[in-house]
Amino acid sequence: MNASTISSVLFLAFVAVTLFIVWRAGNTNKKSTDFYDGGASFSGFQNGMAIAGDYMSAASFLGIAGTIALFGYDGFLYSIGFLVAWLVALLLIAEPLRNSGRFTMGDVLSFRMRQIPVRTASAVSTLVVSIFYLMAQMVGAGALVSLLLGITDPTAKNYIIAGVGILMILYVTIGGMKGTTYVQILKAFLLMIGAALLTVMVLWRFNFNISELLGQAATNSGKNDAFLQPGMKFGKDIIDATSGLVDPVKTLWSKLDLISLGLALVLGTAGLPHILIRFYTVPTAKAARKSVNWAIGNIGAFYLMTIALGFGAAAFISRVSLTNGWKVDKVTKCLVDKNNIQVVDPTNTTVCADDSLKQFGALSDELKTHAVGADMSGNVAAPQLAEFLGGGHGSTGGAIMLAVIGAIAFATILAVVAGLVLASSSSFAHDLYASVIKKGNASPEKEVRVAKLAAIVIGLVSIVLAIGAQGLNVAFLVAIAFAIAASGNLPAVLYSLFWKRFNTRGAVFAIYGGLGSALLLLIFSQNVSGALDSLIPLTEGGAHFDYFPLRNPGIVSIPLGFFFGWLGTVTSTEQNTAKYAELEVRSMTGAAIGAAAKH
Amino acid sequence: MGSTENEKVWAETQASPEFQALKKRFRNYAFPVAALSVAWYFLYVMMTGFARDFMNTKVAGNITVAFIFGLLQFVTTFAIAWAYDNHSTKHLDDASDKIARQVEKELGK
Repeated sequence: MNASTISSVLFLAFVAVTLFIVWRAGNTNKKSTDFYDGGASFSGFQNGMAIAGDYMSAASFLGIAGTIALFGYDGFLYSIGFLVAWLVALLLIAEPLRNSGRFTMGDVLSFRMRQIPVRTASAVSTLVVSIFYLMAQMVGAGALVSLLLGITDPTAKNYIIAGVGILMILYVTIGGMKGTTYVQILKAFLLMIGAALLTVMVLWRFNFNISELLGQAATNSGKNDAFLQPGMKFGKDIIDATSGLVDPVKTLWSKLDLISLGLALVLGTAGLPHILIRFYTVPTAKAARKSVNWAIGNIGAFYLMTIALGFGAAAFISRVSLTNGWKVDKVTKCLVDKNNIQVVDPTNTTVCADDSLKQFGALSDELKTHAVGADMSGNVAAPQLAEFLGGGHGSTGGAIMLAVIGAIAFATILAVVAGLVLASSSSFAHDLYASVIKKGNASPEKEVRVAKLAAIVIGLVSIVLAIGAQGLNVAFLVAIAFAIAASGNLPAVLYSLFWKRFNTRGAVFAIYGGLGSALLLLIFSQNVSGALDSLIPLTEGGAHFDYFPLRNPGIVSIPLGFFFGWLGTVTSTEQNTAKYAELEVRSMTGAAIGAAAKH
Repeated sequence: MGSTENEKVWAETQASPEFQALKKRFRNYAFPVAALSVAWYFLYVMMTGFARDFMNTKVAGNITVAFIFGLLQFVTTFAIAWAYDNHSTKHLDDASDKIARQVEKELGK
């Protein structure tokens, strides 16, 4: 039996077990609104595991390990940002949100506002953030399949994406919040066990001496000390091609980009709708607090283990292999035979041309690797490490380890996409349908039927989008989601909970202003045009519109979101003092929790 | 009981010294700690960007200041999460429960 077969069997077993759990959970749903909050009956520990399962996406597991494996220290910056972000959620958001809302982010935002504009804005933002995040996960699923199972046929890849989409629709429509929560808890356990297994196996080989692990990683990467220092990926010193000196302006932009990324990571988490609605699944604020602490413990332990996974992969697996999966031969030939360098053209067919060779010489190392068609995401690092630790390519142990880690990665993706579909369909039904379209006159049963229908539609739309977006960079899609969440949702939620004067116009301005500025800055950055790895790759004489020098918009768009929220508020005379009294007392004390305000 | 009476309950509770004390205790803890946590994280990010020589100093074997600083971020995150839970259990939970029960009693009248 080879790794693909074992991996498929394990994955199908996971699917069978989770579908059974989801079906059981669906049968125990008592009220129709259990779809949204699972009956608000989970314990702090259960919800903490589910939060961890909802949060640690394939981008965390495969992406961070891969970034460390390729860029060393810089990958660690992601881990730290993603973890510290939870303090914002813990100290400012989790408990007041639990106390004053019921099912969606829009519940809290619209508490003392005019329902229609605020709920519409909240639903739009929830859908936009969730769909970008969903696409990232599903594109990742497609890429993972081709790497793990050796499927390169595009049709087969599309079937896999569609399969993932259909499974998440089933989880959400059958099990609702309760079923999805159980899937996330199970996945969190599997992921922690898998990561712990790999970590112990890596450290074992170094007698648990971390310094030796780092040393071998630095040597094997060929980058030596630079591999253990910040600056290989983020905040790089940019060397001017003609003078050979450091370009101070470009270097400064590059460092500001690093800080901008950090800002989005640390402030984005507390504005992600699928994370916010998890706080509604527990009965009290105290349980919400406990669940965040369980989540912090789990997520922190996991990110610490990514250090061992990433540096372990760097120590044992060759760089060429890390960037090219198992298709090493072709590219090794390409890299070694410098006279026959192949540059990938925008249509993705390899060509060899003299002028492209000249262009190639001026590229940075990273872009050179890009240009020869290598994958700089490092997504295969963790699976390759697993195979190596099991005994290497071709061995039974290697095949088993690879299969186990591959199946866990699939489980990871499934649990996250289910959470995202749930958040967006809840917001569609509860905010848009019930409050905006039906003006609050929809029965809960009808509302939940609409939510299930929305889950099917959103699932199908994201299947189509993900199939079309397969060329997009997964990290880019995740960055969009975080930047929008930090720029639009976070200011709106914080102002709503803590600023007495805040009003309808302020909420609408904060959400659309933050979302709009983040999107615009992304469009006019090198993410979209002007660089070789842009959405529209740079070509000789080709059009480009990269007017904004940073790839991460957060450093500008987050302050703008707060500014627009303030501006909208002070230019409107509306101020609902009576409802703010109710919101403040509810959010601080949990009085009349569950029996949410009638609007 | 009509909505005007309800509004009165919420407004009176909000104005009560017990509630104001609770609010102050929460804000005096959560706001500065959240701000400090984010600032502490930013110090770390800024230093990885602008203080490379210091960050690259080797402390023991291949372990640099940058690693120690990064690990410290984990330690402080765990510590703050634990300390806040402790603070809430000791100083906030009982007071907020008491106000909540009082409000529910008055709303139920």
